[in-house]
Amino acid sequence: MIGTEPQSSPGFPGEGDHAKHGGGVEGAGARPLHHDASRRGPPPRSGEDLVLFETLLRLGDDSLILGQRLGEWCGHAPSVEVDLSLANMGLDLIGQATHFLNAAGAAEGQGRDGDALAFHRDVLDFRNCWLVEQPNGDFAQTMARMLLFSTWQEMLFGHLEGSKDATIAAVAAKAVKEVRYHAELSAEWVIRLGDGTQESRRRMAAGLDWMWRFVPELFETDALALEAAERGIGADPRKFRDDYDARIGAVLAEATLEAPREQRPILGGRRGHHGEHLGHLLAAMQYLPRTYPDATW
Amino acid sequence: MNKDWPLWEVFVRAKGGMSHRHVGSVHAPDAEIALRHARDTYTRRMEGVSLWVVPSASITASDPADDAANFDPAQDKIYRHPTFYDIPDDVKHI
Repeated sequence: MIGTEPQSSPGFPGEGDHAKHGGGVEGAGARPLHHDASRRGPPPRSGEDLVLFETLLRLGDDSLILGQRLGEWCGHAPSVEVDLSLANMGLDLIGQATHFLNAAGAAEGQGRDGDALAFHRDVLDFRNCWLVEQPNGDFAQTMARMLLFSTWQEMLFGHLEGSKDATIAAVAAKAVKEVRYHAELSAEWVIRLGDGTQESRRRMAAGLDWMWRFVPELFETDALALEAAERGIGADPRKFRDDYDARIGAVLAEATLEAPREQRPILGGRRGHHGEHLGHLLAAMQYLPRTYPDATW
Repeated sequence: MNKDWPLWEVFVRAKGGMSHRHVGSVHAPDAEIALRHARDTYTRRMEGVSLWVVPSASITASDPADDAANFDPAQDKIYRHPTFYDIPDDVKHI
């Protein structure tokens, strides 16, 4: 993947969806808040808390998929120290995912636990944002993804510490310290690679360019997210959009990098629309427990 | 030109009141990243509350060839050990 240029945008399934519904709050109204019959997997029984279930899935899937991505670096990082940094961050994220997905299973009330949700769902049932499923590429591309996601996640968890859902509040309070470190470390690397050699600068700019179109989705607020925010269990990310832009802008300035040109945003991960990369990731992640359901270690 | 990152010696303070102790080394391009690498390599199991990193090149070491002159003369100076004193129970970390 080293040196790969960002792919062109046509063919991302999220785009059509976005165009049709216009994205944001109005568009999301077209999406039913309750499971329809065509959806894979068992529907929640009546009275189960679907908004809480989906909110926890979104949180858990973001952490799970990025944790798996970072795990792919294991044994391949530029140095053994960086190998450990990446694996540590991956394990932080898998830990968050375990808490969120176990809670999601409880909210769903169908007897599924975090493992069942992680290893026995198909790609259309994943609710992670597009950013976290993007391929690692080279180290610069991985750090671009990490900066853009972790900075957002730190702000999100900062708000979720006050969630009315006790589990979300507790996990956010613990995890916000983990992701603050992720955001700091990735910022350090973006600054060094951007303001480094000609080659590192080229790669850092290319990595940011690849990831940039997936940032707007982080601030997309559909009906479900809005309802979660109104109930006080979720957070409205639009509240910290300005802070986010300022933080990212400050890192890019220190890295002497221009912000990438605006690109057509890719949306839809929260509704199960994903790119080609997620299926491959899931195949690697889910192969063992699906092939050997009784395996233990 | 050596393209490896320089080496840094890592010191960890296990808890407040204790001295920083040498635990190992990391490679890193600069001091800030060396601290991050030290954190990720040596404190992932709650080993410490504070970190120091020092460029390995800044350490001046004694010459092994001088070991006899440096260290052997201390061998028969048993009176330099504080073993002839009773240490009060509430004095810790000795």
